[in-house]
Amino acid sequence: MSTLNSLSLIEQINGLAAGTFSATELVKAHLDAIDRHRALNAFITVTPELALDAAARADQLRARGEATELAGIPIAHKDLFCTEGVLTTCGSRMLSRFVAPYDAEVVTRCKAAGLSMLGKLNLDEFAMGSSNENSAYGPVRNPWDLDRVPGGSSGGSAAAVAARLTPLATATDTGGSIRQPAALTGTCGLKPTYGRVSRWGMVAYASSLDQGGLIARSAADLAIGLAIIAGHDPKDSTSARDPVPSYRDALDSPLKGLRIGLPTAFFDHRMSDAMRTRLTTVIQALTDLGAAMIEIELPHIDHAIPAYYVIAPAEASSNLSRFDGVRFGHRAADPKDLNDLYTRSRGEGFGSEVKRRILMGTYALSEGYYEAYYKKAQQIRRLIKMDFLQAFTQCDLLLGPTTPGVAFPIGAKTQDPVAMYLEDIYTVATNLAGLPGGSFPAGRIDGLPVGFQLMAPHFAESRILNVAHQVQQVTPWHHDHPEGL
Amino acid sequence: MRYEAVIGLEVHVQLATASKIFSGASTTFGAEPNRQASAIDLGLPGVLPVPNQAAFEMAVKFGLAIGAEIGTYSAFDRKNYFYPDLPKGYQISQFDAPIVKQGQVTIVLEDGQEKSIRVTRAHLEEDAGKSIHDAYDGMTGVDLNRAGTALLEIVSEPDLRSAKEAVAYLKIIHSIIRYLGISDGNMAEGSMRCDCNVSIRPVGTNTLGTRTEIKNVNSFRFVERAINSEIARQIDLLDDGGRVTQETRLYDPDRDETRSMRSKEEANDYRYFPDPDLLPVVLDAGFIDACRATLPELPDARKVRYVRDYGVTEYDASVLVADREIADYFEAVAKESGQGKLAANWVMGTVLSELNQTDHAITQFPVQPAALTQLIVRIADQTLNSKTAKTVFEGLMRQEGSVDAIIAARGLVQVTDRGAIEALVERVLASHPEQVANYRAAADEKRPKMLGFFVGQTMKASQGKANPQQLNAVLIAKLQEDDGD
Repeated sequence: MSTLNSLSLIEQINGLAAGTFSATELVKAHLDAIDRHRALNAFITVTPELALDAAARADQLRARGEATELAGIPIAHKDLFCTEGVLTTCGSRMLSRFVAPYDAEVVTRCKAAGLSMLGKLNLDEFAMGSSNENSAYGPVRNPWDLDRVPGGSSGGSAAAVAARLTPLATATDTGGSIRQPAALTGTCGLKPTYGRVSRWGMVAYASSLDQGGLIARSAADLAIGLAIIAGHDPKDSTSARDPVPSYRDALDSPLKGLRIGLPTAFFDHRMSDAMRTRLTTVIQALTDLGAAMIEIELPHIDHAIPAYYVIAPAEASSNLSRFDGVRFGHRAADPKDLNDLYTRSRGEGFGSEVKRRILMGTYALSEGYYEAYYKKAQQIRRLIKMDFLQAFTQCDLLLGPTTPGVAFPIGAKTQDPVAMYLEDIYTVATNLAGLPGGSFPAGRIDGLPVGFQLMAPHFAESRILNVAHQVQQVTPWHHDHPEGL
Repeated sequence: MRYEAVIGLEVHVQLATASKIFSGASTTFGAEPNRQASAIDLGLPGVLPVPNQAAFEMAVKFGLAIGAEIGTYSAFDRKNYFYPDLPKGYQISQFDAPIVKQGQVTIVLEDGQEKSIRVTRAHLEEDAGKSIHDAYDGMTGVDLNRAGTALLEIVSEPDLRSAKEAVAYLKIIHSIIRYLGISDGNMAEGSMRCDCNVSIRPVGTNTLGTRTEIKNVNSFRFVERAINSEIARQIDLLDDGGRVTQETRLYDPDRDETRSMRSKEEANDYRYFPDPDLLPVVLDAGFIDACRATLPELPDARKVRYVRDYGVTEYDASVLVADREIADYFEAVAKESGQGKLAANWVMGTVLSELNQTDHAITQFPVQPAALTQLIVRIADQTLNSKTAKTVFEGLMRQEGSVDAIIAARGLVQVTDRGAIEALVERVLASHPEQVANYRAAADEKRPKMLGFFVGQTMKASQGKANPQQLNAVLIAKLQEDDGD
């Protein structure tokens, strides 16, 4: 029974349906695993009572034949999604006691599907970071090597899935925060098209880039999860009305004749030999499946990182203004006056990376600099989007690496923000263009996992999941897991 | 040196939407503090704004009413600044793409001349909450009931040349919004607020002087006084060899002076940028046509019609149409009684002065149009004269019953029977032989003056009920008849 948590999502669904085990047993197995792996620091809050209550309800419904397919399946939410009655910290001291009076739409949909929430997952503060070292609740450790980072900002989500603490975790991706940690932990991560998943109740970092998504252990598991959380939400004005297709039905489509684009800029001299070898293996598998590879130019892609690090901090500087110590969140003790209340509440409540981005963003929006920075960055953003749209007239989806390398040691890049920002070099462009992107295991380098990334046209999540699923039918990498699990 | 003032107004109008511009919270005035503030109005983490369609309809109606171009593509921006009653740390407003572009209104100057005032733009935005500085010892209270209320900010060109013109313009705007039913325009409750931009320049020059902005003036009277005192201050400054500094000022009605609030150097850099939570709003022709179809007859059109249909003067018409409810009241009386001029005289004289004294809204006025119509009918058919009509009106104010019932109860039927009037005249002449003799001895040109005495005596004898025209005729006849003897 203690191994129930190592079953894949589909195996768990089948086990519950067949009555091989109960939801209560399943949830208990996961709660035990969470307890055993507290050293990972993947969770900020664990909610065993809520999880077991939901499991018990699922078991009762299933006994009466009234259960939904996923009733009682465990899930954990990145602590950026608001949960009614349960702490939502955003990894920040600012919100160390914040309990939202509402659920994020993603959380509501998971509840409606009958999922049992195990708890809230650690992250970089307000989703700003690529290593999960920027959390006020301590860094998350990579299950493959506890001295290394799991990536970020959804480091808790990735580590929890990699360590089999949950079969499915919600996550968010503003510049790579789902895909990069998925790659560094050997898990599968999907960032849907901007607008595909409601942002209601998902605390904003950079609103025009933020997108909720999932981390799981296979493309097939992601397809099941995405069906739960995707769809229009009238509470989010930027939520898309496009119909939600059946992601599961699309998994088995043959890849014969599929045109896969390889962006030349992603495969240039900057790519390490080891990474090139991993990608070549993936390309070989796809070629064997009948797909054709073509080289694609994305002329403006090198400007993606600078454009991203203007737009995202600019939006963040405004989004985070509400944390002022007046209505909720951290308030400095005994403020002298209003200015002191603001300065100290925010000075004490925010960590250094959040402060750095607020400063950068405030500067980029300031009178006299707006045209040179924010406006220019938006122009670049448009050009990058055009590059992708042009590319998709020549190919059906794009393939590249997810990260430059493997997970780095904790502390290795904390003193060099720019080196840290370059972790997102392959991922930010899809956020700027609003495209869906996924990262899937591509084997290991020096024993540590790396990922390959798929990028597709807007709302073509099915295509990403289909291609990844087909690769996973003929390669073993997504079954790899850290020793001892 | 002689100066002329150059004035432009920014008028903030709270729109009469049932719920707020970006949330479902109610907008009713006067609720307990913070009882009408939802999670969205409080700016809690993760919440998102959803635009209220009714606010767009109202803004479009206003645009159509002033002959403006409608912004078929409008977008929301964030105006960033910190203040405790601004929950998100930014106000959602329209900066680059307002919903209403250039339009104009016509004001009537004191000499009867008409002047066209250009409206630069009108844009939608959300109101802030209220800071309450005097209720708590050493602390400031924040009431967010008002936060998120829909505002239309109407910006004029600097076309106004005096405080009187500014008030005339403000009254026209007030009249239009009330006609459209898009706001109650109640300045005392803050549903209409005015910022005045004032500068002066030597008469005959065309360059603009340095302007000051007087913030948040909350009555027509204060607008006039504030502008006049600011003009006087600026003239004094220039005449003493000083200069006007660009700054924001506040008007203190108790001391009838403006004082500096903050200088240009201290002014906020609002860091405007497009709100990424809201998509641009595109209005199609159908939406605008539907708004046009619901436009009521506006004051200017009504004025023309009143002159044409009811034979009232231009001036009277402009007074009557200023308030939609008063205009409706007048028109009901004029139409039913068929006596336009009488109706105008009674409404502008008696009714408006009663309203001013009692602070009644005309819809709550004790004498409703049907009753005033009866009264005017009885004047027209000579049942009442002006004196007895006043008595009946007083009866109506005291709710003593219908016009005819009051006439009967008080025995006020006008005496029009020639025989009865002759009998009265004879009695009066007989009892004043000396005056009769004097009259008859007087020269013709002196007689009309002397006639008044007999009219007064006879009217008194009739208890005010004699028909004045008949009484006059009989008196003159009787006095001359015997003259010939």
